Formats: sequence, structure tokens, C-alpha cells
Amino acid sequence: MSVLEKQISDHKPLYGQQAALDEANRCLYCYDAPCITACPTGIDVPLFIRQIAHRDIKGAAQTIWNSNPLGYSCARVCPVEVLCVGSCVYNHAGEEPIQIGKLQRFATENAMTTLSAKQVFHKRENTHPKRVALIGGGPASLTAAVLLAAQGHKATIFEKTSSLGGLNALGIAPYKLQFDDAQKEIDWLLGIGINVKTNINISSLKPLLDEYDAVFIGIGLGPDTRLLRGQGIWGATHLIESIKTDPTLELRRIKHACVIGGGNTAIDVAHELALLGLKHVTVLYRKDLSLMSGYEHERLNAQQDGVQFRGHCELVGVRRTQGQLSEIILSDDSVVPCQLLVSAIGQSHDDDTLKRESEHPRVWKAGDFSNGGKEVVNAVQEAKLIVQHMLESWSNTCPI
Amino acid sequence: MPNLSIDFCGIKSPNPFWLASAPPTNTGDQVKRAFDEGWGGAVFKTLAASPITNVSSRFAAVNLGSQRIMGFNNIELISDRPLELNLRELSDIKKQFPKNVLIASLMFESKEQWQDIMRRVQDGGVDGVELNFGCPHGMCERGMGSAVGQEPALLSKITRWVREVSTIPIIVKLTPNVSDILEPAHAAVAGGAHAVSLINTIKSIMGVDLERMVPIPVVSDASTNGGYCGPAVKPIALHMIAQIARDPQIPIPISGMGGISTWQDAAEFMALGSTTLQVCTAVMKDGFRIIRELTQGLEGFLASKNMDSVSQLVGQAVSAYKDWGDLDMNHHVIARIDESKCIGCQLCYISCYDGSHQCIDIHDPKINASRIPWVKEDECVGCNLCALVCPVPDCISMVEQRHAPERKSWNNS
Repeated sequence: MSVLEKQISDHKPLYGQQAALDEANRCLYCYDAPCITACPTGIDVPLFIRQIAHRDIKGAAQTIWNSNPLGYSCARVCPVEVLCVGSCVYNHAGEEPIQIGKLQRFATENAMTTLSAKQVFHKRENTHPKRVALIGGGPASLTAAVLLAAQGHKATIFEKTSSLGGLNALGIAPYKLQFDDAQKEIDWLLGIGINVKTNINISSLKPLLDEYDAVFIGIGLGPDTRLLRGQGIWGATHLIESIKTDPTLELRRIKHACVIGGGNTAIDVAHELALLGLKHVTVLYRKDLSLMSGYEHERLNAQQDGVQFRGHCELVGVRRTQGQLSEIILSDDSVVPCQLLVSAIGQSHDDDTLKRESEHPRVWKAGDFSNGGKEVVNAVQEAKLIVQHMLESWSNTCPI
Repeated sequence: MPNLSIDFCGIKSPNPFWLASAPPTNTGDQVKRAFDEGWGGAVFKTLAASPITNVSSRFAAVNLGSQRIMGFNNIELISDRPLELNLRELSDIKKQFPKNVLIASLMFESKEQWQDIMRRVQDGGVDGVELNFGCPHGMCERGMGSAVGQEPALLSKITRWVREVSTIPIIVKLTPNVSDILEPAHAAVAGGAHAVSLINTIKSIMGVDLERMVPIPVVSDASTNGGYCGPAVKPIALHMIAQIARDPQIPIPISGMGGISTWQDAAEFMALGSTTLQVCTAVMKDGFRIIRELTQGLEGFLASKNMDSVSQLVGQAVSAYKDWGDLDMNHHVIARIDESKCIGCQLCYISCYDGSHQCIDIHDPKINASRIPWVKEDECVGCNLCALVCPVPDCISMVEQRHAPERKSWNNS
């Protein structure tokens, strides 16, 4: 028995060599290119594309990793349609924009097999390494750990589950990136020399502050906000995680699924359910559909795969038949058949202890925990800047 | 990290990439910006006794499909700025960038003029001079530029004048608009040149404006021939450079140019004998910033070949450039189509059938729906055409199958 996400195919498969060359040669190599500004990590996109065109794949990958250690997964999970690809000047010429994400994946996926993280990030020895504890094993902590390890510091990641990756491994739509591929990138990054302690839940920073020179918090957001609980009712991130990691998850008997919410998570989970073969999948949004916060291109993609969208409806109740969820009742008094109800109205931020303790001079934070919930690429960029601040603060300290 | 610094006639260059004498080296400001971005050296736009006046328009291009500027041409002349201004800027550049190489390009007439300018640029501190015997339009109509490059005796004479007063290396720039490049090259050696640089641009007409019935680029109602350059001319440059590199009677180094755009081009030019490389068209198209991937790409290549220094690359392929009569006629290759990669475009079939030796066959669609062609191996002459037209990488390979183990050549059989 295999996890359900394996049934969903890759929506942007890896370029073959000639296809990559053809697309790379189409890039105009703009001066002061808008795609560089559009990338939150500021990858020199025209340069790496030109390097692909000149058959310097390793050079291209190095250029990408110089700005973004998670360049491989970002290539696959970033909403490029609203970032780099959306800013491509070809959009103004009525031509297809350059498929920057696909080219970025081509370079990094190929180069990971021949270059090590130690080489790429120029790991150096440090005569006075600092010891840093990083809480949470998602993109923010991974980025920070890699950049700290590159400077010869000792990074230890504490992860409460059994595997690393956070939402980048457990929360990404299967047609973008599957769990196994996320782990491949993580394993490659760990090769630089990072300690990992899994299945450890940190509830207070105090013991860590005694043992480590600094603490980095990259724990992301909390569990799904829930309207209701009970059989047939799931939190969105929990359901997505199960699709990706639970081989016992059974959805074949579900004919009608309803997703409450209007953001990208709601669209993603609805889209996945439709791709898994559920006949009727509907997203229910309480306001006008034009006000949904999810990306337009994702909504259109989901609609093309059969997802229905209804605005101006709120959930007021559910009905069960022999203990199984069978219908939901909406604010316009309509009764909709539903055997699977998904709550995608946001994640909570429940760890008040860590929030309070994070206001400490030796405690740093980045990613969803501090920004409220954005993209992987934002977590990477914030972690990069935080590490710079950390390194600067250490270099200002004069050893006595 | 491999070392890209190189020694050219005693001039130390931080890397082998120089800007050629052309619009990108028109002003001191441009050269300084280029040095800031990482170029190793620059050959300044050709100095003359008095500045010329250029026409408008000046440039034209040949595009290939959607690939822009496969070939480029110019009818621009040498420097249109006052000599005093240029000399001041040359001196200024060297003061600010002592470690980068600055070469003054010169085009004068009488012996007095040549020797006087030589003394002046030497005093100004440039690292070397390049004698422009190659401008193929405008100046040659007045007996300068390529008119000199096409007259070996005159080339030698002028080079000797300059050599009489030189304290810095003299590079003679050769024009390709000759029937045998070795003639002017020998003349340069005889005249005392320390090095040669080639190729200058090739005489060309880029096309015709069919609405106005005037060749392009159009100046009012007429045009003229210009100098062709860009990626299209690389094979011509490589040939001439290799000819000079393998000639034992030309022991001086070569500064190679002609369509260099990528690090592979650079490596190929060096493998066939260039010690430094000059670039123009690629910079005019994409800017000085291309130096980044040129140097990074070349470093990566050297590292992959375990070469510590770029100077190890110079001339590596020269000994393999032989005369046709010395090629091994017992070498034989046969085309092999990888059926798992073939996409059924059947271009190999039609190019071989119409354009080469009719060694590839396809199925009759009424009998067999497979679109994969096959090679008649005992008839295949191993010409490479099918491999060249095939759009799928590594689908057609040329597999070695010698006629006999021993070597046999036209000259030795």
C-alpha cells in the first residue's frame, strides 16, 4: 500500500536536456531584470539561465544556491506565476514568459548529483565555532543551519516529528513536490554537517540557552484552526500531510468533499482531492469569490481539474447518518451532500511560551513563526538575513 | 580554483579576456567600467592623427530564426575623438588600473607619425600597442588599415619603423581579407612584431533592403561594404589562428578573436593557439557583464580537466590540426540511431537521401507504422550529416568501425 500522493503526477515535470537548452536560449538576458527583483531571495536569474544555455549546469546551480540554499524545492513549490515568471518581460510582448522555475529545477536537480553541499556552500573551518540550537526542521531552520554550518559553526536542529522539512515536506501539493523528493534535498543539505535530533518537542528555551550560544526559532505556525470536530471533519494541513505520508488513508468511498476557506491551502487541498478521483469537490468561501486570498492561477488550475467554487456561503451545521458525516448545512439554508469536510481557514499560533521567550538577545527567529505565514522562499530569505545578523553580532564581540 | 592569469609577451594579464579595439573601448569611461566588472585587458579604439567623422547608420545584423545577431557588421571607422583626449584617457586608465592590461591601437601614415605616436603612448604608460592593418572599409580606401594588411612588404616596413623606437610589445593585427594569412603573418615576424592578433572583420554586405533596393545598412540612399563579425565568423578565425599556431616559422604568441561569446569559444580559441582572447560583438550585444560567466565557465572547465593554470590550455589542439592528405583514411564511423530516443521526425532520412549518400531508410507507412528510420550500415560513409540534423541530443551517434587497424593516408599509401 502506498501513500495517496503517489497517484498524483507532477504538473511541471523535469526538463529534458534539449528542452532546457531551448528555453534557456529564449531568455533575453535583460539588464536589471525584473525577475531578479521579483525573487524574494534575489537569485540572479538571467545569469543562471545563461549558464544553462552555455552548458555550465554546475555554474548555474551554484549561482542559484549562492542566493537560495533551498533553490531546488523553491523551483518546484514557489508561486512563480506571481513572482519571477509573472514579472518576465515577455508577458508584455504577448509571448510565453520564460519557465524560470523549471529551469531552476533542471540546474539544481542535476547538479545535486555531482556537487556536495560542502563544496557548494564553501564550508570552512572555524577556530571558535558557536553552538546554535535551531527549533523546528522546516525551511527557515534548514536555511539557517546550512549557512551557519558553512561558516564552521555547530548547528543542531530539534524537530518534534520524526522527519525534517516542515510544511515544505508535509504541506506541499503533490503535483508540485512529493515527500520523498523534499527529503532528497534535505539529505543533500545535511551533508554539510548539521546535527539533527528528531522526535523532540521543545517547550521552553531556558535549558537550550544554557547549553547553546544562540537559539533560532523556526517552528512555523500551529495546527489548523477548527470550526468543528468529529468523524469526517479534517483540518487542511492535517489532511494534506496524511495524503503525503499515511498509507492507510482511505478516500475511495468519499463522493462529496467540501473545503471551507479561501486561501491557497483551501485551493490546494481541494485540488488534490479532485486529482485523487473524488467526484464532487467544492470550495466554500464566506465572501465574494473575487475576494479570495488564494492565487488566481491556482484557482483556475483547480477549476480545470473539476473543483467547484461557491462564494457567499458559511457553514452553519452538519448532519450525520449512522455516525458518518453525510450532509452540511449552509447559511443560505441549502443542504449539501458531504462525506469529507475540510477546514482550511488558517493555522493557529498557540505557542505562547516560546513567543515570550523569543524576546531574548540570544534568540532569533524567522519564517512563518515570525511572519505569520508566507511562502517557503520568504522563510529562506528571512533566515538568510537573520544569519547575517547573527554572524555580525558575533564578530562585534571581542574575546577577552 | 584554477589560475586565469596569463603572460602575453611579458605583459601580465589577470585573465585572458581582453576587449577588442571597437565601440566598447571608445572611451576611458567604458574601459574603466569594464575593468571594474572583471575584464583582464582592453585594446583602445584605434588612434589616428586626426579624428574621423562617422556616418549614420552604422551597424547591421543577420539573425538566425529567433537567435539574434548570429552575424554582425559595421561601417564605423576608427576613433572620432581628438587624439589629445584619447592619450589623456589612456594615461588615466593605467593610473587607476595598474594591474589591468591596456593596449593602444594605432593607425598612422608616415614614418615620423608612427614613431612619434609610439613615443607618446609609451610615455603615457600603456602596456603594448596593436598596429591596425585590418580596418576593411573606409580607411583602406586611403591606403591604411586592411590595405596595409594585404601588402606584406608594406606591413613589414611599418612594423620595423615602430620597432625601432619601441620599448613595449608590438602586436600586429591581421586582416582575414587575404588569400593566405601566413603571408602577412610572416611579414609581421620579419618586421619585428612581438605578437599577432586576428581576425579583424571580414569584408561583407549584410543584405538588401528590398523596399528601397539598397544594401544594408542604409546611409541615405546608398550603402557600402562593412566588416563582418560575431558568432558567424568564429570558424574562419579558428582556421587562420590554427594555421599560424602550427607554423614553426611563426614563434610569436597570438591574441585570438572572432565571435567569442561563451567560455567554450574561449577554450577552443586557446586550444588552437590563442594566448589571450579579444571580444567585441558579444559585449555590444549583452554588455560588459558577460565577463562573469566567461571567467567562471573557463575556471570550471580547467578544474574539470585538472589544469591549474589557463596557460596549460594554450595550443593543446594545434598538433592535431593536420593537412587533409595526412588524415587516417582507415578511420571509419557509422551512424547509429537510438530507437528509444528517436521521435520520428525523419529529418535524418531526407537529408541523407537528398543531400548525402542515401544510406538511411524509412518504413512504407502502408506496411509499417513505425516512423523510426534505420541506417544501412554497410553503405553508411560516416559523413555526420544525420547526426547534425537530428534535433534530439544523443539520439544519433557516430560509432567507430575502422576499415583496418593500420593508418593509411593520401600522402602515405
